[in-house]
Amino acid sequence: MSGFLGVLRRDLRLSFSGGGEVLTLVLFFIIVGAIVPFAIGPDRALLASIAPGIIWIAAFLAMLLGLDRLFRPDRDDGTLALYRMADMSMAGVVAAKVIAHWLTAALPLILASPFLAMILAMDGPTFWRTVLSLLLGTPALAAFGAFGAAITVAIRRGGLLAPILIAPLCVPVLIFGVGAIAPLGGPDQASSAMLFLAALSLMSLALSPFAAALAIDWGEE
Amino acid sequence: MSIDDTPKMSWWNRLAHPGQFLAWTRPLIWPLAGVTTALYLLGLWFAFFNSPADYQMGDTVRIMYVHVPTAWLSQFVYAAMAVSALGTLVWRHPLADVSMKAAAPLGAAFTAMALFTGSMWGRPTWGTFWEWDGRMTSTLILLFIYLGIVALWRAFDDQLRAARVVAVFTLVGAVNVPIIKFSVDWWSTLHQPASVFRADGPTMPGSLLTPLFVMFFAFTLLFVTLQLLAMHTEIRRRRLVTLERRAARGDTL
Repeated sequence: MSGFLGVLRRDLRLSFSGGGEVLTLVLFFIIVGAIVPFAIGPDRALLASIAPGIIWIAAFLAMLLGLDRLFRPDRDDGTLALYRMADMSMAGVVAAKVIAHWLTAALPLILASPFLAMILAMDGPTFWRTVLSLLLGTPALAAFGAFGAAITVAIRRGGLLAPILIAPLCVPVLIFGVGAIAPLGGPDQASSAMLFLAALSLMSLALSPFAAALAIDWGEE
Repeated sequence: MSIDDTPKMSWWNRLAHPGQFLAWTRPLIWPLAGVTTALYLLGLWFAFFNSPADYQMGDTVRIMYVHVPTAWLSQFVYAAMAVSALGTLVWRHPLADVSMKAAAPLGAAFTAMALFTGSMWGRPTWGTFWEWDGRMTSTLILLFIYLGIVALWRAFDDQLRAARVVAVFTLVGAVNVPIIKFSVDWWSTLHQPASVFRADGPTMPGSLLTPLFVMFFAFTLLFVTLQLLAMHTEIRRRRLVTLERRAARGDTL
C-alpha cells in the first residue's frame, strides 16, 4: 500500500511541478472545443445541440494526447525497470498510475468544461449532465489509455500508435457518454446510458491494470 | 529397472517445431488450393447462372454470395487470432505467434471486402453507400482494430516480443468486441428507426441457399489456404533473418 501511494504521489508531483503539462492539456481541450464553431458556423441553436459531443470529443483527444507521458518517461530514465524489480506487483503500479493520470489529465478538463459550455451556448441542466457523464466516463478513458500506453511503451516511436489502437476500444465510452447527455431517447435512455457508462468505467478500471502490467512485463523481457 | 523419464513428444509439441510444421503442411497446400478453386467455380456458376434474381432487388442479390461469406470470415478470423493469442500466452507455442501474425492482414482484407461489397449492395437497394446502421458500424470498428493490430506488428523490430504484446491486445480486443457491438446496437436504435434491416427478413428459398453455402465453404477454405501459405512465408522469413544474423556474426552456416 505504501508503494502504491508512493507511486501515486511521485506521479502527481512530477506532473504538477514539471513544465506545466497539465495546463497545456487544459489549453488543448479548450482550443479544440473553441475551434469547432469556426468550422461549422456561429449558429447558437446548432452549437447548443452538438455541444455535448464537442466536449466529449475534446476531452477524448486531450486524454489521448496525454498518453505518451504515462510510461515513456519512466522507461527512458529506468524507473520502469525498478518498478518491475520492486516488491509490489506491476498491476499495483499501473493502477496508481491510472489514478494519477485521471487526476492530472481528466479532472482538470472537467474543471475547465464550464468555459466551453458557456461559449457553446449550453443550457444549465445539460451542462450538469455533461459534467456527471464526464466524471463517470473519463475513468474508463484513463484505464483504456493506460493499457494502450503500456502496449506501445516498448516501441521506440509508439507515440501515434497508442491512440490508433485505443480509439476503437473507446467507442462504447463515447456512445454511452454522449447518450447519457443528449435527450434523444428521453430520460429513461439517458439514465440507462449513465449506468452503462459507470459499469464500463468500473470494469475497465478493475481489469486494465492487469492487462497493462502483462503487456509491460512481456514487452520488456 | 529404471523409470523412463525421457521427454515424450506429443503431436502438439512436434507441431511446434517449424521445420516439422512445414514438412507436415506443405503437402496440404496444393490439394487445398484445388478444392478451393473447384468450390469457387461451382459457387460462381450457381451464383451467376443457376439462381434466380430476387423479385425486388433483381440481379444485385448476387452480391450476397460474396458479401455474406466475407462478413462471416471477418469475425471467424478474429476468433482464430484470439485462439492463437491464447496459444502464445498460455503455452508459448512458437507457431501460435506465426498464425496470429499471418491472420491479421487476412482478417483486415476480408473485413474490408465485406464493407466494400456491402456498400456496393447498399447503393442500389437502400439508395446509399453508407448508413450508420449497427452492424455496419461495428464491422467498421472491427476493421480499425485489425489495422491497429497490423500496425502494432510492424512497429516492433523483435518479432518474439511483438507476439506477446500483440497477443495481450488481441485478447483485450476480443473481450471488447462484444461490448462495442452491444453499444453500437444500442446507439443506432436510439438514433434511427430500424427500418433498413429487418431481423425477420424473408426466409430464403433453397435456390439462393445452395450457392450461398458453396461460396461460404469456398471462402473459408480460401482463408485456410492463404493462412497456411502466409505461415510458411513467415517461418521462412524468420529463418532468413536468423541466417543473416549468423552470417553477419561470421558463424559457419
